[in-house]
Amino acid sequence: MKETKLNQNIDWSRSGSRDRVFDRLICRLAGPGDRVLDLGCGRGDLLLRLKKEKGIRELGIELDPEYAADCLTRGLSVIQGNLEDSIHDFNDDFFDLVILNQVMLTVPNPLHLLKSGLRVGKKVAITFPNFAYWRIRTQIMFRGRLPVNKNLPYEWYETPNIRLATVDDFVRLCREHRIAINQKNFVSQVDNGKLKQIVYWPNLRSSLALFCLSRAQDA
Amino acid sequence: MQQSSSSVRTEKNSVGPVETKTVTFKGDNYILKLESGKTMSPVTVAYETYGRLSPSKDNAVLVCHALTGDAHAAGFHTKEPEEKPGWWDLLIGPGKPLDTERYFVICSNFLGGCKGSTGPSSINPATGKPYGLHFPFFTVRDMVMVQKWLVQDHLGINRLHAVIGGSLGGMQVLQWAISFPAMVRGALPIAATARMSPQAIAFNEVARQAIMSDPQWNFGLYEPQSQPSAGLGLARMIGHITYLSEDAMLRKFSRRFINGSRRGYKLGADFQVESYLHHQGSTFVERFDANTYLYITRAMDYFDLQADHGSLQNAFSSSRCSFLVISFTSDWLFPPACSQELVKALRMAGKNVSYCNIGSDQGHDAFLLPGNRMGEVVTGFLTRLEHED
Repeated sequence: MKETKLNQNIDWSRSGSRDRVFDRLICRLAGPGDRVLDLGCGRGDLLLRLKKEKGIRELGIELDPEYAADCLTRGLSVIQGNLEDSIHDFNDDFFDLVILNQVMLTVPNPLHLLKSGLRVGKKVAITFPNFAYWRIRTQIMFRGRLPVNKNLPYEWYETPNIRLATVDDFVRLCREHRIAINQKNFVSQVDNGKLKQIVYWPNLRSSLALFCLSRAQDA
Repeated sequence: MQQSSSSVRTEKNSVGPVETKTVTFKGDNYILKLESGKTMSPVTVAYETYGRLSPSKDNAVLVCHALTGDAHAAGFHTKEPEEKPGWWDLLIGPGKPLDTERYFVICSNFLGGCKGSTGPSSINPATGKPYGLHFPFFTVRDMVMVQKWLVQDHLGINRLHAVIGGSLGGMQVLQWAISFPAMVRGALPIAATARMSPQAIAFNEVARQAIMSDPQWNFGLYEPQSQPSAGLGLARMIGHITYLSEDAMLRKFSRRFINGSRRGYKLGADFQVESYLHHQGSTFVERFDANTYLYITRAMDYFDLQADHGSLQNAFSSSRCSFLVISFTSDWLFPPACSQELVKALRMAGKNVSYCNIGSDQGHDAFLLPGNRMGEVVTGFLTRLEHED
């Protein structure tokens, strides 16, 4: 597999706390008994929670064989494999909800993955770190260095985020590709671990974004 | 460590003493119509069971064995302290993945085997001699048909909680999901393939040629006590090379000589890897029948679900079970790509499928060995099945 090399060296546990930030909100997006696909499901924490709270019929896709084995041990349906290859084999609208939790920026072709997600799922929940967050801006401006902190715990040469995006970039992409934004949520993470909901100026003030998307009705 | 074999026997997690039972299917209802067009009757099946069947008969797990396996999958037959347990004792027993406190585990010697079920080494009632080459060719589908007689007609079980097996056993699992979709809740093909690759057929053919070019083989007419042992032993040696991996051989034997680090300057076994293969070959001859080896490898070669059904996706269109497909990273006989092709087809057919390519340097044989995560993954899947449908 082409991507295996890149991903194998990543210590995902370092971003574990960050990945769980939106779990509560993502759970709200799923209905009871829904078919849910979690792309890049890791050890299956979110799927397990969704199964417990909503009784969903879950499927995870995970590249890392150890994480996939963890999921299976915990009794989850999981396919170990490459996200972009695996998603092609599902029929249109097979899932009620497709989750891309902090994985969009880790794949070579995020737009393609997003569109595939919208094809196989009626809704797509997508989360990603906002690289226009003011702390990142000031760090680059005054220190001249890319951010490495608790929430983005990787040096530039080891980060899984091989693409960078901002809230405004993403909104623009949705507009251009006629993707409907049904819901959005923004938070900023303070160093003491607390979260703050952000309503105004999210592109500047939020460090993480959650969008719930669907194909535009008139598309 | 010296006492390890006897301590294993008394361990709480063994099913303990077991015996192989047989049942013979005869009469008009049990004329086996083979895929080759021939018919067979009567058919005897050797089988073992472990654990207790629940009153609602919903906790049965069928174990399918591989090329040289038998019905003796767990526990012990004798009181000999040196006796090795059944071939999948690793997986079957109280508290193990196929937990005999929860499941009723069944394993039968498949049709055409030489461990109690009707096969080429059985006595042909028409002649009073072993069938030998008069035995009709059989396929994986035929094996599964006979297993269904055992499970449904003899044991009275209408739906299996799961069917599980590795290698050729995994092929039977896939065939079960296709032949009897209503009888299977979960299917676990491990280190398997939906069709034999030309490479795997090639190894089988070399093994068969080894047997058939041994003069003792005598066109299959050898006496049971004078097998073509050179040929059968060689066939087993070839097989064993394909069951290991380069890394596993390096780890187990390195380049070590039998006599420490000194070359022996001889053609007899000098390297440890050679003596290992020789040992595998000679012990195999004592427990397996040469003609049977020819027939079973042929049954494997003919296994091709894609050809049978037009496409793999089609093959599983009527299956109703959940699947857990497992492959091993270092398996080069039935490589992970075979399992991934299977997973892709199941996904496209809209089936509930889970898959893991388990990290192991043990090669194809990993499914028979400890030291990888197969057990816990199987446990997770079987437990989940209990909450489905």
